Amino acid sequence: MPKFQGVDYFRMDGLLSGEEIMVRDTVREFVDDRIIPVIERHNRAGTFPMELIPTMAQLGLLGATLPPEYGCAGMNNVAYGLVMQELERGDSGIRSFASVQSALVMYPIFSFGSESQKRAWLPLLASGEKIGCFGLTEPDFGSNPGGMLTRARETVDGYLLNGAKMWITNGTIADVAVIWAKLEGVIRGFLVERGTPGFTAPEMKGKHSLRASVTSELILQDVHVPKENILPGGDGLRLPLSCLSQARYGIAWGANGAAMACYDAALQYAKTRIQFGKPIAAFQLTQEKLVFMVSEITKGQLLCLQLGRMKDAGTVRFAQISLAKRNNVQQALEIARLARTILGANGILDEYPVMRHAANLESVLTYEGTHEMHTLIVGEDLTGLPAFV
Amino acid sequence: MKIAVCINHVPDTETKIKVAPDNISIDRTGVNYMLSPYDEFALEEALRLRERFKGEVTAVSLGGDPHRDTLRKALAMGVDRALLLKEDGERDSFGVASGLAEELKTMSPDIVLFGKQSIDYDNAQVGTLVAALLGIPSVSVVVRMEVRDDGTVSCDREIEGGHETVQTKLPAVFTAQKGLNEPRYPSLKGIMAAKNKPIEAKPAAAVPARVVTVLMRRPPAKTPGRVVGTDKSAVPELIRLLHEEAKVI
Ligand SMILES: Cc1cc2nc3c(=O)[nH]c(=O)nc-3n(C[C@H](O)[C@H](O)[C@H](O)COP(=O)(O)OP(=O)(O)OC[C@H]3O[C@@H](n4cnc5c(N)ncnc54)[C@H](O)[C@@H]3O)c2cc1C
Ligand SMILES: Cc1cc2nc3c(=O)[nH]c(=O)nc-3n(C[C@H](O)[C@H](O)[C@H](O)COP(=O)(O)OP(=O)(O)OC[C@H]3O[C@@H](n4cnc5c(N)ncnc54)[C@H](O)[C@@H]3O)c2cc1C
Repeated sequence: MPKFQGVDYFRMDGLLSGEEIMVRDTVREFVDDRIIPVIERHNRAGTFPMELIPTMAQLGLLGATLPPEYGCAGMNNVAYGLVMQELERGDSGIRSFASVQSALVMYPIFSFGSESQKRAWLPLLASGEKIGCFGLTEPDFGSNPGGMLTRARETVDGYLLNGAKMWITNGTIADVAVIWAKLEGVIRGFLVERGTPGFTAPEMKGKHSLRASVTSELILQDVHVPKENILPGGDGLRLPLSCLSQARYGIAWGANGAAMACYDAALQYAKTRIQFGKPIAAFQLTQEKLVFMVSEITKGQLLCLQLGRMKDAGTVRFAQISLAKRNNVQQALEIARLARTILGANGILDEYPVMRHAANLESVLTYEGTHEMHTLIVGEDLTGLPAFV
Repeated sequence: MKIAVCINHVPDTETKIKVAPDNISIDRTGVNYMLSPYDEFALEEALRLRERFKGEVTAVSLGGDPHRDTLRKALAMGVDRALLLKEDGERDSFGVASGLAEELKTMSPDIVLFGKQSIDYDNAQVGTLVAALLGIPSVSVVVRMEVRDDGTVSCDREIEGGHETVQTKLPAVFTAQKGLNEPRYPSLKGIMAAKNKPIEAKPAAAVPARVVTVLMRRPPAKTPGRVVGTDKSAVPELIRLLHEEAKVI
């Protein structure tokens, strides 16, 4: 297949700075050189490509928006979004790894951690020497994390944690887990290190989606964490939700990247597949699908760009991020399914990326706030009337 | 150690080239440009040499303002200085080499690196011409180079069917071949740092052309394939055609 040339029907490049374009192009090249050649093998085997971590770190993709004093690149949010777009053009699982490390682990340590926590963890997480995970969801509390059962109890020299988390990206491979637990009824964040007695992180098997990403349970049985491992900078559900806002922002861009990969595959295929004596791209029904794809990708791009500019200006509201995540993931899934139809029977093979993206996007539709939850968030924002319960 | 790397800004390898109406140049509309791939090996080698010997790497490009993008990429990869020798028109290889050599004379680097050719016009002349103009040795199509502390350099070159090891003394010009190294990606940090580094620019020394392009044309369209037969009775005819027409066996 010819090299991916980007999808830019509305010349959005004209709205990007030279640095933003260079970041995007660099990651695009990395994805073409390093991710695409290995991803189907990992997807089949159900393994995360650990071998990519050092290069991702060297590129500066981990915690890219955090400041250089902690070993990070200090990029703006638009450049970060473009990184997510390109990574997810490779695979949602790779983007998930980078999202979790950056938005769900480094971001809370940076925002709510003590100076010594920041100095201890951020450079190692940026360099990929340490991996992190984020434990919020529980077996009985997904969309409603405020009801979590995981508890922390104060002891003379620290805290004792008990509970279980589920569906935790990177869990089994993580050196540090950001665990959300209730301390005297109030949600707090704790840094739990791998190997702490009572803490185990078995991998969840049997996924049909996001197979090139590690998903785990976290089990905490009388896990003792030292005093200095609590995140001192705040409490309440607001904290984990602010992390999710960071990650969802990246997902809005990332989903569009997956959509671009599917569109690109469908377009190339349609131009070369001959049926009834013509390329199938010459049939109106196929063209309608391709036009739908480009329309939605273009809208999604402009949505993300303005969202990013607002985020950089500090004016973005979380409901706007919800709208973008909800829209772009839904449309990406629709595009993946349509692309699959254009590829006919070939669409179900892992010789083409389409079915993998389609399967991955089912997870993306659910995690970081389900499609429905984002509907309710935007719905409440519009009407002032919460419809959650 | 003072290192200069001469880099070119060329159409992306995926470009479908169209000849412009003047029939002597390409139509640049919609063409994406990139750092010439062999120059990337040269850049990487320069950065590795600096990591080992300290000193300074200067990237030089001769051309119009769009070459700034390629110089920016070199800065993002980690060069210390970027210099644009401005030339808005076209130049033949000798013109490019003369412009570069003029600048390199004052810079007097210990090592000058080039790609073995730029992938636009494929002349494969500039590095060698610069060496001649500077009166220093040149080693081309280098796949391995080892600079020793005493200023001698041992290089492996690709030759037909094998490798040749040669030795020379600095200052010298080297042109890089694929395989010399694995170029790094510019890091996000490098890209951010490059934003604040200046690109120096000055007019390239003027040199009259010695070679001019008089016509550019696309290769003739490929003729469609021919079915000679569908079973083994077609084999003799196929062999005859491969032998007599295609002349491949
Ligand atoms: C691959 C993968 C990786 C993940 N990684 C992480 C991670 O790293 N860390 C982490 O903490 N979590 C992670 N998650 C968990 C994810 O965030 C949750 O799955 C998600 O929040 C939904 O929770 P749930 O699966 O329990 O579904 P439920 O909350 O049980 O929802 C089931 C369905 O009911 C709907 N629903 C629920 N409440 C309402 C309502 N009030 N009105 C209308 N509809 C409603 C939902 O929208 C959904 O359609 C991951 C999940 C997956 C699949
Ligand atoms: C798991 C599996 C099992 C199968 N088992 C069998 C089997 O047992 N026996 C068997 O014979 N076949 C079998 N098939 C083949 C199946 O019937 C074909 O895949 C199907 O007919 C479509 O053909 P195609 O895949 O070549 O797609 P194509 O015909 O190439 O179609 C590609 C796309 O172009 C569209 N298209 C084509 N022509 C037009 C047009 N004129 N106007 C608009 N759109 C057009 C199609 O709708 C499709 O979206 C199987 C396929 C699968 C996936």
